[in-house]
Amino acid sequence: MIINGKLVVSSSPHIRSVESVQSVMTDVLIALFPAALMAVLLFGYRALITMIIAVLTAMLVEAVWLRKRDIFNDGSAAVTGLLLALILPAAVPWWVVVVGSASAIIIGKQVFGGIGYNIFNPALVGRVILVVSWGGHMAGDIWSTPHPFAFGFDVSTVTGATVLASPEKAVTFSLPEMFIGTIAGSMGETSALALLIGGIWLVYKGHIDYRIPGGFMATVFVLGVVFGGGFYGNHLMTGLFHLVAGGVMIAAIFMATDFVTTPVTPGGRLIFGIGCGLITMLIRLWGTLPEGVTFAILLMNALTPIIDNFTIPRQFGGVNNSA
Amino acid sequence: MLMAKVFFKGGIHPEYQKDNTSTLAIVKMPLPQKVVVPMQQHIGAPCELLAEVEKIEKGVEVKTGQKLGDNKGFVSAPVHSPVSGKVVDVGLYSHPLGLKINAVTIESDGRDEWDDSIKPAGDLQSLSADDIRKTVREAGIVGLGGATFPAHVKLSPPEEKPIDVVIINGAECEPYLTADHRVMLEKSEDILFGLKAMIKALGAVEGIIGVENNKPDALQIMERLVAEEENIRVCSLPTKYPQGAEKMLIYVTTGRTVPAGSLPLEVGVVNHNVGTAVAISEAIREGKPLIERVLTVTGAGVNEPANVQVRLGTLATDVLDFCGGLKESTLKLIIGGPMMGLSQPEPDVPVIKGTSGILALTDEDVYLAESSPCIRCAKCVSVCPMQLMPTSIAQAAEHGDYKRAEKLYAMDCFECGCCSYICPSKIPLVQWIRIGKAEIMKRNNK
Repeated sequence: MIINGKLVVSSSPHIRSVESVQSVMTDVLIALFPAALMAVLLFGYRALITMIIAVLTAMLVEAVWLRKRDIFNDGSAAVTGLLLALILPAAVPWWVVVVGSASAIIIGKQVFGGIGYNIFNPALVGRVILVVSWGGHMAGDIWSTPHPFAFGFDVSTVTGATVLASPEKAVTFSLPEMFIGTIAGSMGETSALALLIGGIWLVYKGHIDYRIPGGFMATVFVLGVVFGGGFYGNHLMTGLFHLVAGGVMIAAIFMATDFVTTPVTPGGRLIFGIGCGLITMLIRLWGTLPEGVTFAILLMNALTPIIDNFTIPRQFGGVNNSA
Repeated sequence: MLMAKVFFKGGIHPEYQKDNTSTLAIVKMPLPQKVVVPMQQHIGAPCELLAEVEKIEKGVEVKTGQKLGDNKGFVSAPVHSPVSGKVVDVGLYSHPLGLKINAVTIESDGRDEWDDSIKPAGDLQSLSADDIRKTVREAGIVGLGGATFPAHVKLSPPEEKPIDVVIINGAECEPYLTADHRVMLEKSEDILFGLKAMIKALGAVEGIIGVENNKPDALQIMERLVAEEENIRVCSLPTKYPQGAEKMLIYVTTGRTVPAGSLPLEVGVVNHNVGTAVAISEAIREGKPLIERVLTVTGAGVNEPANVQVRLGTLATDVLDFCGGLKESTLKLIIGGPMMGLSQPEPDVPVIKGTSGILALTDEDVYLAESSPCIRCAKCVSVCPMQLMPTSIAQAAEHGDYKRAEKLYAMDCFECGCCSYICPSKIPLVQWIRIGKAEIMKRNNK
């Protein structure tokens, strides 16, 4: 028998799943692939360049901040960079992308202590900083209009308002168009189809909880039906319109499900999703500013610790400790 | 065959790694030259050496099955000599729990002469419930699944809590281990007899034998065996760790939920491991005390993996030698399974009543990297079979906020390890929870 004092002693369990932070983040990147591909198909090379700049900036800034050579590291910076790119207009100037991506990593994440410690969704922090700093490049009528399968077309030359700008504008697009994504908007938010494919895969892999996107979408739909005013055909159609218009899909599937900034309890996740949907619709229906989903999620991020605290699940065979 | 009534929430699907040994018949290991018998091999009061042994100390002759130690306390179980031979030492010895515990070292004379007191208790018809309990207690039988709770205590429920169902646990949900599987294949009649004895001792109505469906041969054998029995059925359990955990097993087989902080008898159920049933059968039919058990010796570090029947007190070193020794690449030696077993600093520890396996993991299977910050993915929350918030409890324990840990139901954790297993950040969650539980207990006992 060969034992030379090298036996490792540790607390059980002695086996671990192969999943790591890096593998989970890689899965999120894979889930974003359909949306990224649609962005390129719809908005051409400008979309591709914006994505590359955003991802590289995020990874480089994080690597420098952490003084790590491996710029992919745990993959979370790449996810932040790609998410930010997908919620930008395709033709946004390159320096805006750099500033947004760097702020997302530094102000959104690293100043709080890095991965696991940030309170707000980093990509949305990046977006908000851009909106308040260079509104002219980020909102209003500058949204690129898609030119499907025209990779070489410079979409910055043709811009228009999103369907949310006005009811008159909205009714010019059909629901199938909005579902596929051939409408003006942020480059990764327009295709509900591509986002849903990624979302279903993430739920299947067990990385995201259906309660968040489910609660979010259901609330948006119901409020859209009840309070939407039925301008889009009828009340039911108006509910569907709110679901596929603007950033609801990408937000519900990829932003509101960010691990770090959302509740960990099953009940808390449902509340979080519903809350996001509620605030989104409050802003859309009665607010004066755009950016409904962005602020909805950021506000709910701030409430996350409180939600977790009030939704501690009863244990199996439950007796309530706090009573 | 019964099917699972409900599914428990949470749980994991680790790689089972059972193929190495599941087809290997149980082999009897020859008598070891030396055995070390710790006075504590169960939950409860430790045994005190019997006067005659203590008086003579070294040099006294003992017979196989002779009682070495006992305790008058109700929650305790006596220990017996596993071999015949001479006591060569009485004193502290390394124990799988990681402490030194009072133990009797016996040098075998190789003759394996049984003590005169060993005789069958009689047939089941003529035995009263009290007789059965007494036989089980005197045989020193404890839960062989690993919990080592004295079996006679579970067979003595308070009068106001009648038991109607006895569940035999053949789930064997720990990866790598196949000892229970082999016992079901090779000692099925003993299991049935043991179950009938338990039903009689408890005045129960029904017996259920629960087996995970990754052991179809065991299910088949047990099913054929109980075909004639009116009140005993086999239940096919979905394969998911920790299916064999008491509360999960009861929930899945009967649909009953054991209230948090309570024992199964609260819902009229008692459950016992298949090995315990065999031990009870042998105690009644042959008068044999618990002096040997079947365990699985496996893992990539073991040269010849096997299911071995060994005398208790045999040193893990000797068992491993019998299995061709360890490979150079062995990095971790575990007594028990990979999920809840105890890693050992050295192999010089005796096999005790609760030893279900000896597992040697190599540098390929041992995770050594450091943990990174929690990303709040909540995978631990979704796999926790008790529906706790492991990450939050661990965090509270790490910060020394034991009040919060308790409020988050830390005391309901039974340490299955699913949370640590699944954590992508590789945080030793269950380790923190254990620390929290120990602190909470210390405070509450003040």
